[in-house]
Formats: sequence, C-alpha cells, structure tokens
Amino acid sequence: MPYDYKPFPYRPPLGLTQPETTHPVIIVGAGPIGLAMALELANYGVRSVVLDDNNVVSVGSRAICWSKRSLEILDRLGVGDKAVEKGVTWKVGRTFHRDKEVFNFDLLPEDGHKMPAFVNLQQYYVEQYLAEAALQCDLIDLRFKNKVIEVSQSGETARVRIETPDGAYDLSGQYVIACDGAKSPIRAMMGLDFDGELFEERFLIADIEMQADMPSERRFWFEPTFHSGQSALLHKQPDNIYRIDLQLGWDAVPEVEKQPEVVIPRIEKVVGHSDFALDWVSVYTFQCRRLDRFVHDRVIFVGDSAHVVSPFGARGGNGGLQDVDNIGWKLAAVLQGRASSALLETYNSERVHGSDENILNSARATKFMTPSDGAERLFRDQVLALAAKAPFARSWVNSGRLSVPAVYPMDAPDHDALPNASRPGAVAPDAPLGNDWLLHQLGGRPVILALGCEAKVEGIEVLTPDVTDTLQKRYLGASDSAVYLARPDQVIAARWTSFDEMAIALAINAMWCTA
Amino acid sequence: MSALITSPNLSDHDGFYADLLATHKGLSEAQSHALNAQLILILANHIGDRQTLDAALKLAAKDLR
Repeated sequence: MPYDYKPFPYRPPLGLTQPETTHPVIIVGAGPIGLAMALELANYGVRSVVLDDNNVVSVGSRAICWSKRSLEILDRLGVGDKAVEKGVTWKVGRTFHRDKEVFNFDLLPEDGHKMPAFVNLQQYYVEQYLAEAALQCDLIDLRFKNKVIEVSQSGETARVRIETPDGAYDLSGQYVIACDGAKSPIRAMMGLDFDGELFEERFLIADIEMQADMPSERRFWFEPTFHSGQSALLHKQPDNIYRIDLQLGWDAVPEVEKQPEVVIPRIEKVVGHSDFALDWVSVYTFQCRRLDRFVHDRVIFVGDSAHVVSPFGARGGNGGLQDVDNIGWKLAAVLQGRASSALLETYNSERVHGSDENILNSARATKFMTPSDGAERLFRDQVLALAAKAPFARSWVNSGRLSVPAVYPMDAPDHDALPNASRPGAVAPDAPLGNDWLLHQLGGRPVILALGCEAKVEGIEVLTPDVTDTLQKRYLGASDSAVYLARPDQVIAARWTSFDEMAIALAINAMWCTA
Repeated sequence: MSALITSPNLSDHDGFYADLLATHKGLSEAQSHALNAQLILILANHIGDRQTLDAALKLAAKDLR
C-alpha cells in the first residue's frame, strides 16, 4: 500500500495579529531533525516554535536506514519502539562483485542491546511519528505553511520574518535552530559558504512495491550482470516497498532517467520480472560538504543544513540525529542558566568532528564506487579481483561504511584497565539491567554509574547495579570496580577505577564548561 | 614501529627481479598494471604496519612529480 499523505493543519499564527513575546527557541524545518530537536528540547523542559514551509511529511522514502544510535535517540523521544516495530530490522550487509558474494558484514554481532543495528523505515513514517508526538506536546508550537523569508540577529536575540497564507509576521527567539535541510534557505540568507566536494556521478533511486520474500539484508553489487559495469543497492522497507539505487554515470540526464518508460525496464532487469509498481523515483548526485562552523552566535545549524554526505553509509539522517543528541542538553542548560554559552561551543567542536568523520567515510566509499579513470579505477578493480582469491582484500571492498556514533576527542580522566568501548567521548554501550536497559536509565541528566564500589555525589544520581557479565565486559574489563560519569546525552564524560569525590567534582565542572 | 628497510634485505635480489619480470611476461600493458596493483595490495597487507607503508609511499613518490 502506498503511503497515505495527510496534510497537517495550518492555523493562522498569533503573530499575524499581535506581536509575540520572545520565544526561547525557534526551529526552522519540521523534517525528522527539526521535529526531533523540538522533542529533545521539550524533554529538558524547553519550549520551542517549529516552522515549516510545507504541511506534509517527506515525499518519497528518502532517509531509510536508521542506526542503532538513532533508534536509542528516538527511544528517548518516545518513538523508538514504534520505529522498530514498523521497520525492517537488519544487521547483515552483503556485497557482490558481478554475481558472486565477495564480502559481508554483521553490524551487531553481540547480544545485550535494546536496539538492533539498523532498522529500515521510510522517512515519512519517522516524520509522522515525530510530528504526532510533537503535536501532543504542550511545549511545542508546530506551525505549518510558515515559511521563513528573512533572518537576522543582534545581541541576545535572533529574528525571523515569516510568510503564511494569511500574510507575513515577525518572530524573535533567544536562539534560532536551522534544521532546514541540505539546501538550507537560512544558510543562504546568511551567505555562509558550504565547502566540500561534488562527485561527478548520478544515481537513480526508486521505491517499488512488490510481493517478494527477500531477506532483511543490505545488498550491494559492483558490476552486476543486470546493470552492466555499474553498481546497485537493494534495501527492504516495510509495506512491501523495496529501495533500489542504480548508478547511472555522470552523462545521464535526470529528467529522462526519471521517466517510467526508462526506469521500469531497468528495474525489471534487477528483480527479474515486471510484477511491481513504481512508488517513487528520483535521480541524485553526491556531495560531501559542511559549514565551517555550526554555531553562529544565536543561529545554530543542525543536520543537513550544517553538513551533507553521500548516502552510502547512512550517515545523513543518522548524523543529524547525533547533532540533536549533542546540542539538546547543552542548549537547555544555557537557556536555563545552568551553563554559559561556552558549552554551545563544544557542540560546534564535537559535531564538526563527527561530521568530518562522516564526510571522510562517505567520500572514501564514493570514491571506491565511482573511481575516476587512471589509478583510482585500476586499484578499485584490482581490489575486487583480489577479493575473489584473497580473504584480506574482501574487507577492502567498500560499498559504504555504515554509521556508528562518533567518539568525541576528550581530554578526560581515563584508565587503561577499562574497556575501549566505554572510553570517554564514546556513547555508553547498552546492557541489560534486570528487566530494563542501561541506556534507559542514563540520559536526560548526568548520571554516575558505580560498578563494584560505592559512590556519592551531591546533586547527582548514582546508579549502582549488580555487576553482570555484560557490564563486566563493557564497563570493567580487567578492573574489579569502576566509576563512570555519563553526560545527559549518554556519552561517557570521564571514568575511574575507584571513587574519588574531588576528581568527579572536577569532571562535572568540565562537563558543564564551568571549570 | 619498524622503520622502512632501505638497505639490502633480500638475499637473492637478482633472482627476485628476474621472477618479477617473468611474471609480467606476455601480459598486455593493462594486465601488467593490474598485476602490479594486486602485488602492492598483497604486500601492503603482509607488511601490515602503517608507518612502514607511509615511509614506502613517500620514498616511491619522491622526485616523481
């Protein structure tokens, strides 16, 4: 069944008839990132107005691969279970050269995590779930058909001018968060450079509806017989929708390639029959670009407005949700007077780091998939040839390195005896905790996790669960005891092998940038 | 870790040189390029040490451009 697009209601905003008071936060864009941003801030008690020029969810499936970390974030926003329930869970990716499998990967080879490695779910569902949650939230004022046409800032306020079906009005906020996507009008209005690389390649992307019993795996082909000399990607989505990406070459003309009479024969060769319906078609090029800075005083860029990557690796939407995760608690603390704006600067540095990692990985995969003539093509082809006869070369075959959360560089207390997975800067690894999950008990506020020892810190909640095998493996390693400080975004801020009140106090100050 | 060895290290270098050329014998230029590329990938994996490989990349590129 094709998705049933229901328009969200437009109501003439108050600002058309009388000036509105300064809002704490104005979010521009009600895509998955803008909506997640509003819900995240609401979790910290911060009100926001969300503006969107449109009034429906995303047309076409667009972002479909939601990573484990994204699901954990969506879980905190109240829609994680819904996304997993509706989505297609997968963790294995298979890569083929011609028609032979050359490489496969398992993204979550161990148990003991609430969320799976990946869920495929059309962006329109994610937006729908987030919008439903936002519409029910008293702290979120969602305004559809409200198009921002001007942005300015001075001192402690940012202002936007907004066009509606009933005329224009002005709105001011302590902060404006631009979640207005890859073509960000706010970025353009501010005249900010968006530097990076354009790859001279075009891909056809199509959603088809068909009855099939394909396994829940990501499948990627280099030079398949059904699409000679190029590459292809297949993903299964809910509702019997399959996503097919086909490399077309730089000379392909998008308007021609989008015509059903051109698309359908191509898809027939992929699936081997004509018993399917075309649901959505698009032709895209890849770009890897980012803003030099994500924080511009009172205007903050989050998601694709700040950075774009090529799609192989699912680092676009997932990277955007990690931005939301990173800035939510920081902006709330600044607005509520618990931290200075210096804390926002760490959003800039940490997410620029995360974005660079995403761009690096995406650019490498793109280069492998679409090598230029000469040495790039020579080595790409020889890696593929070697993969058939030498195991080491299989892992060199790069059809996309899938999104994992960035580990932020941190100069924080650490100890060699403790496991690498839970080092400072990393997202706390999940683990079962009785009938609950560890990640469920972290987040939203700083938490001290004391394992194999006692800890007491004024004003901070301390968790002292029994040490299970999983906790031993993920948090203790060779040590008998450990004390962890987890930030509100579930990132490890510091850790020790024993309780040291003074050291913890210093680490807490460093976390809030109040040292 | 281990530095790149730039002093003689192969006992029968003349023999290896001859075998290298013999392996290329009868190949087209494109096939020779392919053989070389595979050889580099195989040896790089065998060496396994990024510092050594970085030094080798630098030495090979020196004076070429």
